[in-house]
Amino acid sequence: MAELLQFVFSGLTVGAIYALVALGFTLIYNASDIINFAQGEFVMLGGMTTVFLSLAGVPLPLAALIAIIVTTAIGLALHRLAIAPARGASPVALIMITIGASIFLRGVAQIVFDKTFHSLPPLFSGGPIRFGGATILPQSLVVLAGSAVIVVVLWLFVDRTMLGKAVIATAANRLAARLIGVDTRRIVDFSFAVSAAVGAIAGILITPITLTSYDAGTLLALKGFAAAMLGGIGSALGAVVGGLLIGMIEALSAGYLSSSYKDAVAFVIILVVLVAMPQGLFGRVKIERV
Amino acid sequence: MRAMQHFTATVAIGLCALLGAGLQASAEIKIGSVLAVTGPASFLGDPEKKTLEMYVDEINAKGGVNGQKLKLIVYDDAANPNSAKTFATRLVEEDKIDAMVGGSTTGATLAMMPVFEDAKIPFISLAGSIRIIEPVHKWVFKTPHTDKMACEKIFADLKHRKLTTIAMISGTGGFGKSMNAQCHKVAGKAGIKIAIEETYGPRDSDMTAQLTKIRNTAGVQAVVNPGFGQGPAIVTRNYRQLGIKVPLYQSHGVCSKQFIKLAGAAAEGVRLPCAALLIADKLPKKDPQKPVVVNYSREYQKKTGQAVSTFGGHAYDGLMILVDAMQRAKSADKAKVRDEIEKTKGYIGTGGIVNMSSTDHLGLDLSAFHMLEIKGGDWTLVPGT
Repeated sequence: MAELLQFVFSGLTVGAIYALVALGFTLIYNASDIINFAQGEFVMLGGMTTVFLSLAGVPLPLAALIAIIVTTAIGLALHRLAIAPARGASPVALIMITIGASIFLRGVAQIVFDKTFHSLPPLFSGGPIRFGGATILPQSLVVLAGSAVIVVVLWLFVDRTMLGKAVIATAANRLAARLIGVDTRRIVDFSFAVSAAVGAIAGILITPITLTSYDAGTLLALKGFAAAMLGGIGSALGAVVGGLLIGMIEALSAGYLSSSYKDAVAFVIILVVLVAMPQGLFGRVKIERV
Repeated sequence: MRAMQHFTATVAIGLCALLGAGLQASAEIKIGSVLAVTGPASFLGDPEKKTLEMYVDEINAKGGVNGQKLKLIVYDDAANPNSAKTFATRLVEEDKIDAMVGGSTTGATLAMMPVFEDAKIPFISLAGSIRIIEPVHKWVFKTPHTDKMACEKIFADLKHRKLTTIAMISGTGGFGKSMNAQCHKVAGKAGIKIAIEETYGPRDSDMTAQLTKIRNTAGVQAVVNPGFGQGPAIVTRNYRQLGIKVPLYQSHGVCSKQFIKLAGAAAEGVRLPCAALLIADKLPKKDPQKPVVVNYSREYQKKTGQAVSTFGGHAYDGLMILVDAMQRAKSADKAKVRDEIEKTKGYIGTGGIVNMSSTDHLGLDLSAFHMLEIKGGDWTLVPGT
């Protein structure tokens, strides 16, 4: 029993990290149909900027705040300088641009920061929490709580504010949105900024567990993307459920089957789910109106 | 008169050209190198390139080798074996090098070996794998210790503590995989039984599931973690989180202050085999390697402002073994230099004391590694190893 509980805690820890990374994909996708493959780099930038500012003597809370602002600015710049000038292009071409941006950001980070691994102190010091013979780190719960807060805020925003409705309108039909007076370019601008901020927050919260380096973004984004797809891309709740599911599957298969096959098991389950439900667990079914 | 002047000038120019060509032929020894200066293995190639450049300059400032200046030609393969092979061919055919020091990665080295074997040019590799020197190739040597030696060192320490049943948790990256395989090979001979084996991916952020399985396996007396990068730090943290009491061994892949920093208090009591270079200041005064490693660390830090890594040290050893061989051969003749490299005896380098032979083109023994234990956030030498 203690064994199962430990596997579940391990799954929660990993799943919460995937969920937090996956959340970053939702808003950009909602506003523009683009899957932003530079999302992992936002996560990396959040963590790395905080690490280097605090190494330079900036107090940690201030360093984290500056890191979020810097990353948001970079997200905005990514849209203004790379995505917006190509706005006539198909989503596939735009996705390619985000892959290019991800390589570029990694290269710059390698020069601006360094090539070694770094960590941040956890939010609450103190040892692991013991429960029923198993242990979990307080930081894992912080990551989980962070995901929950972001989901609620995003839901309130999309569901309850005019700006949020405008995001949905832009996603549904850009021309129609513009006709009813939505400044679609600013909406997409806004979605990149918020996604970058969500990525930065994720980076700051998960670094005490995962550690970070200039190339940490790539694999995180891959797992986060898988989580977002499983949950239904565009759905914030789906991102979290997808992330937790993948984390849990990985931990349980590492515990009960073999750690060599845990990634394979997770991806097979994702494939099965997507074949049965192509829109993901919580994704909205796309209805093309003619 | 005009014609005469013209004639003199022509002869003068001709003579100059002849002399120049003659001087050039006798004044330079060309040393080629292909390193992963950029790309995913730049942490190897970058310090290697800086080290080679630094010491070639220093040797030239002191008058070169046998009165000839060294000329270093470095190409960057960005850790791609295909480009490494292309550059190797270029070094042989266009640059006409006399000797080769380089090959940051095992992949690049294996791709380049046939080129230098065919061209009969001495080649000292800086890559890790034991496949470079087993079986022995006539023209190929290497300086870095192998992961097989790290396994043997760990197992020797286990035997010393009378521990025989272990668990292994290995990274699935190249380093972890290769060391895991080597440990399996030598475990039987060392009398070590591997009771359970777990793995983790290169970017996994929690290994408590694997470690729980290890904790619940009966009879495990110690855990060995071959790995590189951030994985071993997370394993160490999770190890303490679960309160596992048996000794934990890390590999030479994490012999850096960074590991202690990342793992924090969890690193207390962890043992690992490390090369002398990283613990230059901890070595006892009478250690024969002490002057070499202290000197190299100081020079490298002064020149680059960065902390030393063993990788730069491998390049230092490669260059010095080659230069020593050229001095003994009293020429840069390829065949003679090769024979002299093979006769290297008692060379004290950053990687250990090198004694090569026709069957051993590495020449290091287990004394190249020192068993360390982390205490109070710093390395301490384990006595008697």
